[in-house]
Amino acid sequence: MRSMLTPWPWKMAWRDSRSSRGQLLLFSASIVLGVAALVAISGFRANLKTALDSQAKSLLGADLALSGRQPLTGEAEALVDSLDGAQSREVRFSSMVYFPRSGGSRLAQVRAGETAFPFYGTVEVEPLHAPAQLDRGPFALVEESLMEQFRARPGDEVRIGARSFRIAGRLRQMPGESLGGSLFGGRVYIPLAYLDETGLMGRGNTASYRVYLKFEDEIEPTALLRRIGPQLLEFGLRAETVAERKARVGRTFENSADFLNLVGFIALLLGGLGVASSVHVYVKRKVPTAALLRCLGAKAPQTLAVYLCQALGLSLAGILGGILLGVGLQYFLPGVLADFLLVDIPFHLSWSGIAGAGLIGLILAWLFSIQPLLFVRRLSPLAALRMDYEAGRQPFDWAQWLVRLAIVAAILVFALVHTSRWTYALGFVLGLLISLALLAAAARLGMALIRRFFPGSWSYPWRQGLANLHRPHNQTVVLVLSIGFATFLVMLLYLVHQGLLGQIMKAGGKGQPDMVLFDVQGDQKAELADLLQGFGAPVLQEMPVVAMRLQSIRGKSVAQHLRDPGNTIPNWALRREYRSTYRGGLLENEELLRGSWPVGEGESGSPPLVSLDEGIARRLEAGLGDELAFDVQGMLVATRVGSIRRVNWRKVQPNFFVVFPPGVLEEAPQFHVLVTRAGAGSTAAAIQRAAVRRFPNVSVIDLALILKTIDEILQKVSFVLRFMALFSIVAGFTVLVGVIGNSRYQRLRESALLRVLGASRRQVFLILGVEYLCLAGVAAAGGVLLAWLGSWVLARLVFQSPFVPAFLPSLGVCLLVTAVTVLIGLLATRGLNRLPPLEALRAGAHRL
Amino acid sequence: MNTLASPVPPVLQVDRLTKRYRSGERLLTVVDDVSFSLGPGETCSVLGPSGSGKTTLLGLCAGLDRPTSGSVLLNGQHLGGLDQDRLAELRNRSVGFVFQTFQLVPTLTALENVMVPLELRGKPSRAWAVELLGRVGLEDRAHHYPVQLSGGEQQRVGLARAFVNRPRILFADEPTGNLDADTGETVIELLLEMNRDFGTMLLVVTHDLELSGKTRRILTLRGGRITSDRVPDSLRPPGQVPEQTLSGAARDSAAIESDPA
Repeated sequence: MRSMLTPWPWKMAWRDSRSSRGQLLLFSASIVLGVAALVAISGFRANLKTALDSQAKSLLGADLALSGRQPLTGEAEALVDSLDGAQSREVRFSSMVYFPRSGGSRLAQVRAGETAFPFYGTVEVEPLHAPAQLDRGPFALVEESLMEQFRARPGDEVRIGARSFRIAGRLRQMPGESLGGSLFGGRVYIPLAYLDETGLMGRGNTASYRVYLKFEDEIEPTALLRRIGPQLLEFGLRAETVAERKARVGRTFENSADFLNLVGFIALLLGGLGVASSVHVYVKRKVPTAALLRCLGAKAPQTLAVYLCQALGLSLAGILGGILLGVGLQYFLPGVLADFLLVDIPFHLSWSGIAGAGLIGLILAWLFSIQPLLFVRRLSPLAALRMDYEAGRQPFDWAQWLVRLAIVAAILVFALVHTSRWTYALGFVLGLLISLALLAAAARLGMALIRRFFPGSWSYPWRQGLANLHRPHNQTVVLVLSIGFATFLVMLLYLVHQGLLGQIMKAGGKGQPDMVLFDVQGDQKAELADLLQGFGAPVLQEMPVVAMRLQSIRGKSVAQHLRDPGNTIPNWALRREYRSTYRGGLLENEELLRGSWPVGEGESGSPPLVSLDEGIARRLEAGLGDELAFDVQGMLVATRVGSIRRVNWRKVQPNFFVVFPPGVLEEAPQFHVLVTRAGAGSTAAAIQRAAVRRFPNVSVIDLALILKTIDEILQKVSFVLRFMALFSIVAGFTVLVGVIGNSRYQRLRESALLRVLGASRRQVFLILGVEYLCLAGVAAAGGVLLAWLGSWVLARLVFQSPFVPAFLPSLGVCLLVTAVTVLIGLLATRGLNRLPPLEALRAGAHRL
Repeated sequence: MNTLASPVPPVLQVDRLTKRYRSGERLLTVVDDVSFSLGPGETCSVLGPSGSGKTTLLGLCAGLDRPTSGSVLLNGQHLGGLDQDRLAELRNRSVGFVFQTFQLVPTLTALENVMVPLELRGKPSRAWAVELLGRVGLEDRAHHYPVQLSGGEQQRVGLARAFVNRPRILFADEPTGNLDADTGETVIELLLEMNRDFGTMLLVVTHDLELSGKTRRILTLRGGRITSDRVPDSLRPPGQVPEQTLSGAARDSAAIESDPA
């Protein structure tokens, strides 16, 4: 490396690159996309941070938000009033909404609020004056996605419970809410003053009651919270400040950005492999020059320095290209992620992001190019005397291994920086290495199989095309790695997406329940069952539901748990509302793990024995015999854990964390859930329409809605992932173009020689086509097989579902990747046949 | 054969040099127990059929390869004791090369090719390189690339480069092997003329009997062994035996003798 500090290697490197600068730039193209991805993501992250800082208050829409599952008690109201800030109330609940014009209905998220909210940020709505109309009467703002689904227009009617509202406008964005959230049911905003007229509040509907507060500048919400925190806890109120919301949103995006960074990093690694491969071929061509320099007295470090300087220059060129492309991408990234963003993302350059991505790119590209260059140190000057000189067996080269180690260490450090956990970083590196090793093995196996089973009777172009895959210094394995890995990523995303949907479809298979009606009051049960029967939909299950909260575990109150710094029980498990049922036996989708069920009467006077789902038991750290006390809407019920169940949550039916025995909750306020099988989509829609008209308080969820919701969520998430997978694909093809461009002169000579020997241009073209076909076929097949393996592992270990290989889509991906690769390959080698053979031979010779 | 010992120390002294390669299961002896020495300004050609070990011997003498056994003393330094970088330094300061395939760097102009050895030493002298190009008749082609030069012109650039560091020793590997007879003739004249002017010791591997006839000594190699060490007929004094075939003790004695004629 010291030699690089003298001017000669730089001068020589520059002169030596004269005839092949354009071609050399092709290598650097391999890393352009990887660097671009990192620049774009780090720039986007910086922009997001700026946006969160400048628009923090619009994330919450207020300085402080309080929320509880019950209407505020008198004491709680007094506390809120004493806070001395502007107030705006809101009640949130889920309900069926009905659009009379189209006759459509679906479950939606209703927000009944006061128009003072939001205190910060602006409501994006069309027309602009629509929010003000909510002050003037029974008007509603309806989320755009809902409007589109039911082809509704402003001025149409929407019915919520017993009350009709006129749609004042279509809502695009409300401060504090992301569009992504609307996937779980579109939002409808109505004036709080009309909530009672819907008739939904008194009918067992579980709602969230919120108070938004805006303070004068001198009041600091965090300090205020410290003061009133214990009282809020006592009143069952949760508080959220702007700082907390900002941290939460920031964390979510930090995690996403870290994930995207890793995907971008994979593109950079693929590019690195491309660089290594191209440099390998390049330096082999440079053997005579390097050997000559050694003959003329250049020391090994001086000779190496010439090529290191070139590699450094190329890396810098690639990085510069990557930075320019990355800045362009950063400009478009907010559009890609728009559905998940809560704030407007301004565009500005992040110099630290650019420097960081550039540095990572430089380190990796250089390390990858150093590795094949190192052999120059050991190149014998004898190679200048003998054109056919082949070095004998090379002794162990510690420097080669040191560079390989440095590459792995660089990957590990990068992964560690972006995952912040050793286990994740090691998992990433191991996963990557195993994937690449499997692909490399697939490449070698594929080549061997083609060689072994290729019909010898086929015409010469086919046999020659195949033989090209085995030519010295070929880059078959690198190309298979880069194209195969990209195929793997795309296919894995597809398989996981389809696997999840398939799992839900299966849950609603023939004879299985596919519709759940909940919030059914006791006096509505019989009438609703008749209605269902009228549509040929039998009531398959009917369950009572009682809302309750956990009061204590083994005698220690929830409040004590929450205050305990050593508490390991998640807050949500302590604070959540438990919707429990009571029955005497297990359902088909339940399995008893410990204890006994149905439970006996128990000893007289002893607490009733309840059954816990194994997941919630683990979270609550509760075992058999432990005492749990519940607050059942004001009444304390002490229980003991009598059994632990395993529940298959994938069934379309209500499932419960806690099941009580009969004889305890019968008198508690409750509603009922009916489960039916509606069958065809038209029947399901008809049932929904009829049910919502006759029983406005009843909510309906059907399989179609669940599928649609999950599909939409997956579509949104996988779109972002596919966007990044596209990087890998394009990176793979860039490597392909670079490698082909780099071996162009080798191919030029081969083609010219063949033409001298009498091959027609068509035959030469066919030979190249066959070579790319075999290469791409092996790469795509390897990628798909690896995706199957990955998907199988995920299905077994994560989703616990059967593995579906999706043969036809896999075949489609294989064919598509192969076709594109052959096309790009042939385009990259175009012009090879245009030169007369002798000229081509000469041109090739001069490049050597 | 003249058996008088040289009064000045040799510039190149080869002693019982052997080089073996493993080829599969077989061990090939390419250079077999060769000894000879050459004094300052002396010219010597190595003749022999293809595969007789000529180029390997040249490579061993120039420190481009390591012998299996035996030693080479070049310009007073035992090559066996030098690492690769010291060998490179020795070549850069004291040795010039002319190659059969010219071996010009294709991306450098004629002038830049000539300057490479000086630049490696950190003492580039453009004027001297231009002067040498003038000496080989190529001052007007200084800025041409190898691809723009004919074979003869490329080899003349190679000659200018070989002499640019004023070497004490010049190794030439079939310098006319890729040239036609007329061009080859011109290159031989230039090579010998410059060799004379610079007082360089010349060891040339060749098939060209005309070239070998112009050196003062001819070594013939067969199967890796020196089979004759003689003075060319053109330089042989009247009455001297035309060819001395060496074997056994006679070859050993030749190793420490030189031809002062």
